[in-house]
Amino acid sequence: MSKKTDRAALNSELIRRPIKRWAPLFILPVFICFCIGFVWPFIQGIYLSFCNFNVPSDATWVGLQNYQKIWSDVGFWNAFKNTAAFAVVSIILINVVAFGIAYALTQKMWGSNLFRTVFFMPNLIGGVVLGYIWSMIFDGILKHYSTYLTANSTYGFWGLVVLVAWQQIGYMMIIYIAGLQSIPEDMLEAARIDGASGRQILFKIVLPNVMPSITTCTFLTLTNSFKLFDQNLALTGGAPSVIMNGAKINQTELLALNIYSTYNINKNYHGVAQAKAVIFFLLVAVLAIAQQAATRSKEVQQ
Amino acid sequence: MEKKHRKYSTGSIVLSCVFVAISILWIMPIVEVIINSFKTNNAINLNPFSLPNGETFAGMANYVKGLTFGNYPFMKSAGYSVYISVISTGAILLFCSMAAWYIARVQSAFAKFFYYLCLFSMIVPFQMVMFTLTNTAAKLKLNTPWTIPVIYLGFGAGLAIFMFVGFVKGLPLEIEEAAAIDGCGPVRTFFNVVLPMLKPTMISVGILELMWVWNDYLLPYLILDITEYRTIPIHIQYLKGSYGTVDLGATMAIIMMAILPIIIVYMFCQKYIIKGVAAGAVKG
Repeated sequence: MSKKTDRAALNSELIRRPIKRWAPLFILPVFICFCIGFVWPFIQGIYLSFCNFNVPSDATWVGLQNYQKIWSDVGFWNAFKNTAAFAVVSIILINVVAFGIAYALTQKMWGSNLFRTVFFMPNLIGGVVLGYIWSMIFDGILKHYSTYLTANSTYGFWGLVVLVAWQQIGYMMIIYIAGLQSIPEDMLEAARIDGASGRQILFKIVLPNVMPSITTCTFLTLTNSFKLFDQNLALTGGAPSVIMNGAKINQTELLALNIYSTYNINKNYHGVAQAKAVIFFLLVAVLAIAQQAATRSKEVQQ
Repeated sequence: MEKKHRKYSTGSIVLSCVFVAISILWIMPIVEVIINSFKTNNAINLNPFSLPNGETFAGMANYVKGLTFGNYPFMKSAGYSVYISVISTGAILLFCSMAAWYIARVQSAFAKFFYYLCLFSMIVPFQMVMFTLTNTAAKLKLNTPWTIPVIYLGFGAGLAIFMFVGFVKGLPLEIEEAAAIDGCGPVRTFFNVVLPMLKPTMISVGILELMWVWNDYLLPYLILDITEYRTIPIHIQYLKGSYGTVDLGATMAIIMMAILPIIIVYMFCQKYIIKGVAAGAVKG
């Protein structure tokens, strides 16, 4: 204890005070850029969601009008449903497959490093390029059935699921492998000696011990699927669309793309798009925090 | 012989064979692009899965065409992409590690406030700030490839600072104290003592940021004047959106030119990339 206070004192004497004098060099550049790139746009964004505007300088306060418009916006709710369904499907698919691959690759087997390299590779390719590659593949397959990817919203939805799974499974696999490798070998050894079956080892020892990785991966897949934009834009761009109650609805649009296309309708929709963005932000924030709270509580202390 | 058999059990050999099959299937989409980039446009339209034969083999024609296809030279967009990614990542690594050291060591109210703001920024989706950020960037004349790293530094600071602070907190204070006692000022202490110790984190943060900036589409699309400046993702998205019949052959060649450098880099640095991702994610 006394050593700790000593250290803190020394810390402030030798390290803390001299650095403080250099604050303009150490922290100011990032802080200014952070204000330009995040803080100011964020505050202005919240303000503008209550305004009618073309550019921020001509904004007029309209109160909750933009938010009321969203309430009756069929396209937004359709995108919301798509996003929720997409998130559920992709979280389960990506995590189950990634964990399965990771579990297999951490067993003693030939070529495990090579397979790791292969599975991770799609992650390096950007969303726009991925969209292009997969639309060519899906169109090529669907051609045999004389149809095409944007003919039916079901194709677009599952196409996006396949694309994103292909991209992200490798990434999640890496995290699961790191988690699996941190399980102490003697713990598994002890279980084997006690005669635990493979299934028991998996469910009673391995899964509880990789809970931190599961937390991380479900968090990442959840936020990734809610924030998904590039892949959605490049694969289907929201097509096909239908006209319902006089409004155009892009059937395969997710929330992020819906916000973007709302902004591009015309200048009367800028405020609505910004209000949608605020709701979108709140949704992502609440989900992220709730997910962390839910899975953290299941982690075991080592 | 006997020993060799004991090394891998029959079960694990079967598993390896299964994974060889899955791996081949896994890289098929990339192989598809390679194959199609050497086929004539008609042949791709007819059947994108066939191998080129004497008649449908296009040689390098698609690549030659791809260099100028889409009314924009591919090399120009590649140049902008490389410049923006390298400068932005470099700026993020340098300035964020400096700020993180300050935050971890000074622990003033301002430093803590800034740190929590960084954590907060990590859960804010880009759509929340995209309109206002575009406007701010235009007003401050930050809308050129030369100045866009400022925006990347600002928007990407959250994750980088979070990861660096986590690492700096684990560094032994004694080394810095020794440097201070020996008469090292903060600047020299940071660059000569702290920075070398930060190297592993530098690699993981660097890889994450580089992958983000290199593949980013929306931010540069909104901020840059795209008639003049295009990065590779913008260029490729424009091929799809452009009017008239899409030349699939040339497009596949462009995609190949876009992903080949990444795959080559990956082949050489995959150990660092995979380690970096694992380290970055465990903390996130």
